[in-house]
Amino acid sequence: MKLFDCPELGERPLSEFVYGGAVRAAPSVDATDDAWAEHVFHRHGAPALRTEWWYHRPSGTWFWVTRDTASDAVAAVRSASTNRTEENAP
Amino acid sequence: MSAPAIWSLAKSSGNSVETRERSRCSRVDNTDVALSWPRRLKKSYDVVIVGGGGHGLAAAHYLARDHGLTDVAVLEAGIIGRGNSGRNTAIVRSNYLTPEGVRLYRESMKLWRELSAALDINVFYSERGHLTLAHTEGTLRTMRWRAGVNQELGVDSELIGPSDVARLCPKLDLACGGMPILGALYHPPGAVAAHDAVVWGYARAAMRAGVEVHQNTRVQGFDVREGRVVGVQTSEGHVSANRVLCAVAGSTPRITSLLGLGTPIVVHPLQACISEPMHPWLDPIVVSASLHAYVSQDARGTLVMGAALDGYELHQPRSTFDFMEELSSAMLDLFPLLGRVRIVRQWAGMADMTPDFSPIMGPTSIDGFFLDAGWGTWGFKATPISGKTMAHTVATGTAHPLIEPFRLSRFVDYALIGEKAAASVGH
Repeated sequence: MKLFDCPELGERPLSEFVYGGAVRAAPSVDATDDAWAEHVFHRHGAPALRTEWWYHRPSGTWFWVTRDTASDAVAAVRSASTNRTEENAP
Repeated sequence: MSAPAIWSLAKSSGNSVETRERSRCSRVDNTDVALSWPRRLKKSYDVVIVGGGGHGLAAAHYLARDHGLTDVAVLEAGIIGRGNSGRNTAIVRSNYLTPEGVRLYRESMKLWRELSAALDINVFYSERGHLTLAHTEGTLRTMRWRAGVNQELGVDSELIGPSDVARLCPKLDLACGGMPILGALYHPPGAVAAHDAVVWGYARAAMRAGVEVHQNTRVQGFDVREGRVVGVQTSEGHVSANRVLCAVAGSTPRITSLLGLGTPIVVHPLQACISEPMHPWLDPIVVSASLHAYVSQDARGTLVMGAALDGYELHQPRSTFDFMEELSSAMLDLFPLLGRVRIVRQWAGMADMTPDFSPIMGPTSIDGFFLDAGWGTWGFKATPISGKTMAHTVATGTAHPLIEPFRLSRFVDYALIGEKAAASVGH
């Protein structure tokens, strides 16, 4: 069983977490069709260190996890559910 | 339907003897291929193909055979066939859901049947029949839909009930651990093949025609002038080329990011494993999308098994115990007789996933740069047709009619091709 060492929850099985995709800013509602197509479909799929949405099912908590998609190393974890303000958004 | 043999390489249907006869071709002549490896890159080529997997090598072969283009270099970062071409579970079928997908894979299967003879190598193409099990009413409904689309397009595919499933696959437990099998989509021409033979067969055929295959040659950048590709920078030096085909599966985002070309592709690992060799007992290929498991028995008697795509993006072909645990649980529900069978090896590939589970093929916004990508979990079966249609596209500069719907620009004009019958993805 693969474990994920969560700074807020402690060591939990990775299978309790659900991946929610990279954190991305949405375009404004009046953005062009191309900008919306870009947002809806296009991804920066190359290996990178980036911040992602992760959900912990048993506790119903959303996290921002900064992870390297090449090495799978996690650099930072923050709760998105309890601290969500404009200042600490990724 | 005739009662299936417990084990038969050639099925008891009409084409069985033919298929067996076609398989009697020469063995792999490694010496011959080894002698053809080129020493160093030339300064320029008509066409550069990035990626020495099945798709890239097939494209090289058809460029030479169908279009007379032999001034071609295939650049492979590692060794040929060591990426997804050697990591898939080697299943071939055409019972997809979208007409665009069914047409493409249907044409691919025509090429598969002739492949051993065409490449003069035994690719062990073995038609076993393919069963996609239904455990819910909802799945049955989708299968009825799939069978309808398949039949309309001339693909042998039908919905069958539990008694027919039991007849075709006697070892299957229909109670299935509390998720009873209500029926199955049966696709008689479903087949398995030897993936290494396919890679080496295409490589040898391309090399014999004059194509150069360069291993351990990594692409590091591209020269683009006025929106047109003019050269490729590699770890072994610079080459000029006006036409570049990128066929690198799980490495696609790394290559397209060198060009600043946006795609919807994300990379997830896809894992698989094999059991110890067993007495032959499993004739058809058996898939359960609900249990996220599929299995076939290869010519050596090992069970080749796979499950669902890993749940998050990762650029690593790593294996996990979680996968093995979940897969074993599902396999025991399907085949309780496997309780004491050991797993001897597990591995993973990097699947280049698209949002609609269809590939991305054809020209791009950069002149001369062609993409054959987004093959996710469904690329192996398309190897021959992808090679043939991409060769046509590169040679003529215009997308082959079969692949036109799979253009990259469908993600700008919202013309997606939702392929819900793709392998190893939950629906």
